[in-house]
Amino acid sequence: MNAKKRDFDGMEMTGAAMVLQALRDNGVEHIFGYPGGAVLPIYDELFQQDDIQHILVRHEQGAGHAAEGYARSTGKAGVVLVTSGPGATNTVTALQDALMDSIPLVCITGQVPTSLIGSDAFQECDTVGITRPCTKHNWLVKSVDDLPRVLHEAFRIATTGRPGPVVVDVPKDVQFALGIYQGPKIAESRISYKPKVGANLEQIKSAVALMAKAKKPVIYSGGGVINSGDKASELLRELVKETEFPITSTLMGLGAYPASGERWLGMLGMHGTYEANMAMHDCDVMVNIGARFDDRITGRIDAFAPDSKKIHIDIDPSSINKIVHVDIGVVGDVAYVLEQMLALWKKEKKKHQAKALKDWHAQIAKWQARNSLAYNQTSDVIMPQHAIERLYEASQRSGKETFITTEVGQHQMWAAQYFGFEKPNHWMTSGGLGTMGYGFPAAVGVQVAHREALVIDIAGDASIQMMMQEMSTAVQYGLPVKIFILNNQHMGMVRQWQQLLHGNRLSSSYSEAVPDFVKLAEAYGATGMYCDDPNTLDDMLDDMINAEGPVIFDCRVANLANCFPMIPSGKAHNEMLLPDEASDDAIATAIDSKGKALV
Amino acid sequence: MNEVVAPPASAYFIVKDNGTPENHTLSILVDNEPGVLARVIGLFSGRGYNIESLTVTETEHEKHLSRITIVSNGTHSVLEQMRHQLERIVPVHSVTDLTVVAHAKGYEKPLERELAMLKVVATGEQRLEALRLADAFKAQVIDANVTHFIFEVTGRTSKIEQFIAIMAPLGLVEVCRTGVAAMARGPGIE
Repeated sequence: MNAKKRDFDGMEMTGAAMVLQALRDNGVEHIFGYPGGAVLPIYDELFQQDDIQHILVRHEQGAGHAAEGYARSTGKAGVVLVTSGPGATNTVTALQDALMDSIPLVCITGQVPTSLIGSDAFQECDTVGITRPCTKHNWLVKSVDDLPRVLHEAFRIATTGRPGPVVVDVPKDVQFALGIYQGPKIAESRISYKPKVGANLEQIKSAVALMAKAKKPVIYSGGGVINSGDKASELLRELVKETEFPITSTLMGLGAYPASGERWLGMLGMHGTYEANMAMHDCDVMVNIGARFDDRITGRIDAFAPDSKKIHIDIDPSSINKIVHVDIGVVGDVAYVLEQMLALWKKEKKKHQAKALKDWHAQIAKWQARNSLAYNQTSDVIMPQHAIERLYEASQRSGKETFITTEVGQHQMWAAQYFGFEKPNHWMTSGGLGTMGYGFPAAVGVQVAHREALVIDIAGDASIQMMMQEMSTAVQYGLPVKIFILNNQHMGMVRQWQQLLHGNRLSSSYSEAVPDFVKLAEAYGATGMYCDDPNTLDDMLDDMINAEGPVIFDCRVANLANCFPMIPSGKAHNEMLLPDEASDDAIATAIDSKGKALV
Repeated sequence: MNEVVAPPASAYFIVKDNGTPENHTLSILVDNEPGVLARVIGLFSGRGYNIESLTVTETEHEKHLSRITIVSNGTHSVLEQMRHQLERIVPVHSVTDLTVVAHAKGYEKPLERELAMLKVVATGEQRLEALRLADAFKAQVIDANVTHFIFEVTGRTSKIEQFIAIMAPLGLVEVCRTGVAAMARGPGIE
């Protein structure tokens, strides 16, 4: 690799060749893309080399989500290559998704020749204008002399600090032009970009002091722990072990602390467990590690953990005090901060309040005994929760390394609640933007990075139809992705909200013309499976996992099951709606007039 | 058609910001590159912040640095969020809230100046009156013939506002203003 860098640094080559060389120099092995007029020179370079494998998707949005799945499961930047105009605009959803979930993406878009920019040329659009608010940064490269620097800078900005998507827009004449290539070291020059890693030690000290005095502490961790790398997850586990603090996590942070861990409370928030939300509400010290007080987490802000002191660790200064005022804000990388914290905790021989903590654990055990994830499985209809639990067991039986992606909706929440995540980077879901259609292309991206692993997209019958075309990609590259559809013939979450908020008027949420998924799979050259019997589910799940190629598993589940527990609109953490209390009456009155008055 | 019913609730929890909105002047040093102003003002419109005044030009040619001066309005928490969000923009070098700096030094406001040009079309007594008042405001005549004057006036926003108000009945037909340029008092560099 080093020899290659030396060879190419200072060499004359075309802009298109520079793109490929910059990808190599930044350690890229796979890219996801779709060709078109304005990127043909780059595709020509791709054709004439073997270092980088190009995965041809069927829609540019799919390329974006695949790159997200790839990035999230490897910790590396995901790379997208698309053409100008519609190629670029189709990536916008994936870019915004990556921005909100802090996923490093480098998206290279073709552009019409510089001389035609602004003339409404064929397949022209203002790519940097359109993608400006949905990227961490973007560039229109008007000269081949700037191209190497911009490409290296793109990788640096995407992957450092709070990660995010970037777009490099390269006009076709710049791809053809000859220039001198330079290696990645030149990218260090930009002085206005200073991602913060280290943190203020004084603040860490005060945080540790506060933690040592806590009687009812809770750790609330998020996606920032995952983004910080494997070390952050290890340190988090160590911190929990040392302090014996109970821990909950956001949707994005699942897996950083194992679901089988002793102090695990389950996910928190709108569809979080009773124990997690009650612990958040009643705590006296909250330690937020790499989460951002999202509105799906906090519920009613003015009743959010009302008697607590809050510590917030985040790499992005703008996250601190954005939604919730905190007492101690620590700006820095999670791994760095946790390392310092642990060192201080040990050095100063800090002890948690053993007696108080014992009572707190006992209180939590009572909440856990409430069994907020209980559901009734009968012998005739598969309950969606049961399906996820059986899927988890089947994946355990297989002994394979398992990655789960999801679409967005009820199935996503059930997956988060009932599938136990033991490791970071094995769970990919669209949290911030809530993009239906994310899961399947993301699974394709994960499978590209982990050929031998079991990759399952837990989907709904509505979501899966948004990016179904990527089955063609999976078949083309022999990617044995499993799509496990919880088919309830509705947009389940929309239906649930309509039931709760809109007098059960099911406006456009019934899936009138669901395709025959078995035939659909076969049409693509994949395997289709169908199951509506709880008694055959286990065997069929084993068949799905053991199937060699991609599978669509149409799992028919109870059509009108609701996702509980739930914090209804306008309510606080301690006012959850639990499954056994959710009678039709309770659902009808779950949201009072005050809640309804909220915009 | 289905039955029409009253609109019910939604999924968001809205909390009212009870802080008092204040005008603050932000000084933002940026790389002068294509799109940088669009990034800054896009942030303001995208996140619902106000712009009362905006001034920008390249101030250090060798380093290609521009200074953007924005007068905005918001509560304390909004202004703090604004600063942090601006600092996230890659070509932004620094963001200084000059109003906060002024308060720390015991002043109400930073040094602020604006330049305006006013075109006044008048004859006879009105014309003389306009000229007299312009003199009182230390406004310069930068263009004139027998039917019009163009005045140039510099000063704090309040002075410019006052001058415009006075000229309005005297044949004022057009105004152009630069917006606020601002700097912190004292020898320090902010």
